Amino acid sequence: MLKNRIIPCLDVKNGRVVKGINFVDLKDAGDPVEQAKIYSDGGADEICFLDITASNENRDTIYDVVEKTSKKCFVPLTVGGGVRSVEDINKLLNCGADKVSINTAAVQNSEVVVESSKKFGSQCIVVAIDAKKNGNKWEIFTHGGRNNTGIDAIEFAKKMEDSGAGELLVTSMDRDGTQVGYDIDLMSKISSKVNIPIIASGGVGNLDHLVDGIKLGNASAVLAASIFHYGKHSVKEAKEYLDSKGIPVRI
Amino acid sequence: MNVTIVDYNSGNISSVINSFKEVAKDKVNIEITSDLNKIKSSDKVVLPGQGSFKSCIDALNNISGLVDALSEFAMNNKKPLLGICVGLQMFADFGYEETKTKGLGWVPGKVSKIDNQNGKYKLPHIGWNQINIVKESKIFKGIENNSHMYFVHSYEFVPEDKNVVSATTDYSSNIVCSVEKENIFGTQFHPEKSDKTGLKIIDNFISL
Repeated sequence: MLKNRIIPCLDVKNGRVVKGINFVDLKDAGDPVEQAKIYSDGGADEICFLDITASNENRDTIYDVVEKTSKKCFVPLTVGGGVRSVEDINKLLNCGADKVSINTAAVQNSEVVVESSKKFGSQCIVVAIDAKKNGNKWEIFTHGGRNNTGIDAIEFAKKMEDSGAGELLVTSMDRDGTQVGYDIDLMSKISSKVNIPIIASGGVGNLDHLVDGIKLGNASAVLAASIFHYGKHSVKEAKEYLDSKGIPVRI
Repeated sequence: MNVTIVDYNSGNISSVINSFKEVAKDKVNIEITSDLNKIKSSDKVVLPGQGSFKSCIDALNNISGLVDALSEFAMNNKKPLLGICVGLQMFADFGYEETKTKGLGWVPGKVSKIDNQNGKYKLPHIGWNQINIVKESKIFKGIENNSHMYFVHSYEFVPEDKNVVSATTDYSSNIVCSVEKENIFGTQFHPEKSDKTGLKIIDNFISL
């Protein structure tokens, strides 16, 4: 039976791990290579790096981080943030990333998704959807959550599937950093609209939120940062909790 | 001993390289090349593959003499070869991803899309799934039945002769995830991304 995945996410800035509250007010909290290794040894099903401010800054540090991490971690490594072109994807894959997540570039030009999934295969193309509720719909934000595009998130999800994305990483901008739980409504609506797996992100504060993301949000994988990063829970604890709730996990 | 990872522009092979180097340490020389002579003189060959069946076959055919060199290595000289993911799928006669494409024909069978039961199951089949070991395979030495492996694929290899199947995995149907036919080995899952159990499989192959 296919297991639901738990993915610790490390937000990386200038080669260091940080985690913001609603993408501002950053705290420095460690070396990404060591963190990734601790997570993979602890049973993380995948590791995710998001180079959060990369759209605006020099981002060469991430290549070095990815290269070092991939020599130590033998679980899948997803890298995103500031990925603009097929060439950026190529560079990250060559450094040892297994999947690349594309956000702003996919919204601005879906051809990047079409082209890269043809060139490298859908298996390594993740489209990151940052969405915020506006009335009774969700709208897509880009540039690390700074720009509202007005694009409907559910329709966009379908378009990304059709363009060749292998997975969708869905983040609720309303919930990110709040620790009140995933936006379940958003997750389940996107999951029922597309046939590719979705990864729920944004808002995890306790282990029940992970359970809800899978059971109610129909996510194939759950991503979280703070609850793991500041030592509130280990990945192992999270897996045992999910297992006790009848969710299939790799233990 | 020389183990060659075939570099034929089939997409991302850095994880395969990293994992083999991790396991090999200084004991075994890991070569990454498409040089025909180096492949022919190698002790073992690893054939990775990402992307579509067609794109991988096209990439193999783009390097003049490569398919013949690999066939000579695996089929005539009967030296150990491990195919990973699309590397395994290419053993088949035909693949049906994008369009019907002729495979290497080393293990009779075809590669077709996983039946997702009208959208009931998500595709690609991504994540950790357990393997049912159905026959003893040299690369499963020390691997427990029901071990977890990392998968990412939408197409499956359907061999004609079920005796070549060494493991299956359960998703929307029972999917062939490992084959062994004499000196030819293949895994649909990614040992290079399957943590310590995956590295053990790589170690088993290197130690053959």
